[in-house]
Amino acid sequence: MSELPGDLKYTKDHEWARVEDDGTVKIGITDHAQTALGDLVYIEPPEIGSTVAAGDSCAVVESVKAASDVYSPIGGEITAANELLADAPETVNQDPYGDGWLFAVRPDDNAELDALMDADAYQALLDEEG
Amino acid sequence: MQQRTPLYECHVAANARIVDFGGWDMPLHYGSQIDEHHAVRRDAGMFDVSHMTVVDLEGAGALPYLQNLLANDVAKLKTPGRALYTCMLNDAGGIIDDLIVYFLGPGRFRAVVNAATRDKDLAWMRQHSAGFDVALTERAELAMIAVQGPTARERAAQVLPEDAREAALAAKPFHALEVGDWLVARTGYTGEDGWEITLPGDAAADAWLRLVEHGVRPCGLGARDTLRLEAGMNLYGTDMDETTSPLESGLDWTVAWEPAERSFIGRAALDAQREHGVPRKFVGLLLEGRGVVRGHQKILFGGHEGEVTSGTFSPTLGRAIGMGRVPAAASGECHIEIRGKKLPAKIVAPPFVRNGKIRIEL
Repeated sequence: MSELPGDLKYTKDHEWARVEDDGTVKIGITDHAQTALGDLVYIEPPEIGSTVAAGDSCAVVESVKAASDVYSPIGGEITAANELLADAPETVNQDPYGDGWLFAVRPDDNAELDALMDADAYQALLDEEG
Repeated sequence: MQQRTPLYECHVAANARIVDFGGWDMPLHYGSQIDEHHAVRRDAGMFDVSHMTVVDLEGAGALPYLQNLLANDVAKLKTPGRALYTCMLNDAGGIIDDLIVYFLGPGRFRAVVNAATRDKDLAWMRQHSAGFDVALTERAELAMIAVQGPTARERAAQVLPEDAREAALAAKPFHALEVGDWLVARTGYTGEDGWEITLPGDAAADAWLRLVEHGVRPCGLGARDTLRLEAGMNLYGTDMDETTSPLESGLDWTVAWEPAERSFIGRAALDAQREHGVPRKFVGLLLEGRGVVRGHQKILFGGHEGEVTSGTFSPTLGRAIGMGRVPAAASGECHIEIRGKKLPAKIVAPPFVRNGKIRIEL
C-alpha cells in the first residue's frame, strides 16, 4: 500500500481535499478509490460558479463498468474544474493526488476542513475496510 | 456458497480482482480491463468461462429433440464438428436462453448454455425430452478457456499435442475438433478469431499456465463485456430475456424459418409476430459526444421512447456505445437521457468492431 500524502484531508467516501495558496481547496479521489473503480473513461465536471454544500454530489467519475458520484467534502463555490480530464480521464488513475484532481472549491467555512480526516485517520479507515 | 472454477487459484495468483458473477467467484480484471480489451483486439487474450454449463445430448432421438427445442435448426449441422448459435424459446416466443450447439457425431450433440440460467435451462430441456430417445448429461467436471485475438489460434496451438495442431488450425469458423478429451472450437464472444477450448477441469490450470507462457494474456469479465458489446453480441438477461422474442432482440438471423413444416417451441408465437408486425426493434447506439451509455437509460427517438439494454465505453472507438430496444415506428433524431440531460446519439447497425476493424461510421 502506497503512502498517503500527509498534507491532505480525507473523507469516508474516499475524496481528498488540499488547501491551495489562494485559499481555494482542490478536491480529488484517493488512490484507493481509483483502484477500486478501475480504468476511468469519463469525468463529468461540476458547473463552475455553482454553489455546493458539504456532502453534495457534484461530479461523476465513470469507469468502464460503472458511474460513481463524487461528493464535495466542503461547502462553497466551485471555482475550477480540471480541464485536462476531458481528454485524459485516465490521469485520475495515473496521478490521483496530483494532475488527476477533479475540481476546486472556495470554502464558505474553513472549519469544515477541520472536520475531515487526516492521513492517519484515513489510513485507519482503509485498514478497517481491509 | 460461492462456486469456483478449476482456474480460481490461477486468477488469485495473478492478482485478479474477484467479483461475484451469478454465484461464481470470477475475475473482473487483472489490473486494467482496457489493456486486456486491447490485448484481445491486437494480439491474444484468454477468458475463464468454466462457469458456463455444458450439456451433452446423446441418443438416436437427439436430432429431432433439438429440432423441436431450438429456434435455429440443428439439421443444418451436416458434418461432425459444426456449431450453431441459437435461442431456446418458451411457448410465447420469449427467449429462455441463447446457446451454442455442437454436432459431435451421429446422435451426439453438445450444448453450452449460460451459467446464470443453468437451473431453469436444465429443467426446461429435461421437461421437453419426454418422448424422445435422448439422454441429457451435464458435464460440470469440464472447464472452458476462450482464447481470443488475431494471434490466439497460433499461440494456443502450441499447447495442443503436436500431431493435432495442423488439423486444429485448419478448422473453419464455427467448426470444432475433438482432440483427445478436449474440444477445440473456433467460436467466441469477442468479434475476434480464436478458439473456445473445453477440457477436463483437472487439466485446466496446466493449460492456462502454458497459454500464459505462449503469450496469451489473462482477461477478466470486464473486458469480455466491452469486447462482446463492440462485436454487437447480445448478453442474456441484459439484452433479451423471456419477455422478448428473437425478432425484438436483433436475433432474427438465428431463427430457421425453413423448412416451414418444422415445428419448434415458440414458432407459432413468432409466426404471429411476423404476421402482425414486430412491436419493437433492436438497435445499436453511438453517443455523439462525451459520456457513457448505460443499461436502462432512456432512448428518445423520433417522439418515441425506448431503453438502452447494454451500454459501455468502447475502448476501440474511444466513444460510448450501446444497444437498445425502441418502438418499431421510431425514426429520425435520437437522444439518450443521461442523468437528466438529453445527449445526441446515432443509430448504427452492429457490429461496432470486428476482427480489429471499426465497422461503423464515427
